[in-house]
Amino acid sequence: MSEVIVITSGKGGVGKTTTTANLGVGLAMRGKRVVLVDTDTGLRNLDLLLGLENRIMYDLIDVTEGRVPYKKALVRHKKYDNLFLLPTSQVKDKSSVNPEQLVRLCQELRKEYDYILIDCPAGIEQGFKTAIAGADCAIVVTMPEISAVRDADKIIGELNRADKESIKLVVNRIRPQMVEKGDMLDMNDINDILSIDCIGQVPDDEKVVTSTNRGEPVITLEDSVAGQAYRNIVGRICGEEIPFMDFPKDSFLQRLKKLLGM
Amino acid sequence: MLEALMKIFGKEKKSSREIARDRLKVVLIHDRANLSPELMEHLKNDIIQVISKYMVINKHDMEISLANDDDSVALVANIPVSKMKH
Repeated sequence: MSEVIVITSGKGGVGKTTTTANLGVGLAMRGKRVVLVDTDTGLRNLDLLLGLENRIMYDLIDVTEGRVPYKKALVRHKKYDNLFLLPTSQVKDKSSVNPEQLVRLCQELRKEYDYILIDCPAGIEQGFKTAIAGADCAIVVTMPEISAVRDADKIIGELNRADKESIKLVVNRIRPQMVEKGDMLDMNDINDILSIDCIGQVPDDEKVVTSTNRGEPVITLEDSVAGQAYRNIVGRICGEEIPFMDFPKDSFLQRLKKLLGM
Repeated sequence: MLEALMKIFGKEKKSSREIARDRLKVVLIHDRANLSPELMEHLKNDIIQVISKYMVINKHDMEISLANDDDSVALVANIPVSKMKH
């Protein structure tokens, strides 16, 4: 049985594409057959995050307009050969695809893949409506920041209106030290405010930046806390019960070093 | 030092996390209710009309807003009364 999951957020820059890339790679690492569909037409980036930017021949618009069958447009991942990317066009705009076309595409993809992850553009306009059209469930990515939480609430309302029943939350870029000092919202605060279930919390981790630079999602790094957080989310998507992790706090020595400016 | 004293006497300043939580709760009530400022203004005027039948009120200092009360939303009105009408 296959599942179509849309990754969305409302606000831009909270980590939708990073989340899509990591969850896609994570599911593929577990042997699932996965296809990632970039619907951020005109502002495509999922190819970059996966390190596949030089392998693109055709795009989503070529497929939806019937110029090539979808299989011809899929880009196979270099390392995980059961992971595919359907990139979108960098020159066209969001009006180039409509919801019916995406629903039809998802129906075809379901026959071949276990998981179809759709990377949604920011905003609540046409691009968003198209991206969610074919999805069974949604993962809403937010950050511990009032504007991101407010936008997430708006998106949850829109998803409810579109009859999406299963909506899960990922709180991205948490800074545990700030939470501890009472200077940042934590997952429980956001969970309480938005009243939807959390499927993961991802700490702010420099390794996300360095791994993105390399085009290798952080989930592949054994020693990264963000990578571990993403691996936990993947486990939960697969139906496992995994407790939420405690973030490592600064040790006394580290705090002393910071205090002394070392 | 002062902060430590304030802590002891339980008058600690609200943390920015708590402030964020409170502000979000209020703004989301308005967002979810989908109430436009015009609609709130109409409601306010209607309330003034009804209450003015019975008492003289200070229209300029009155405030009405939606507030979060545990799990329910309340319409909170603060209406200064100058005197009763008999």
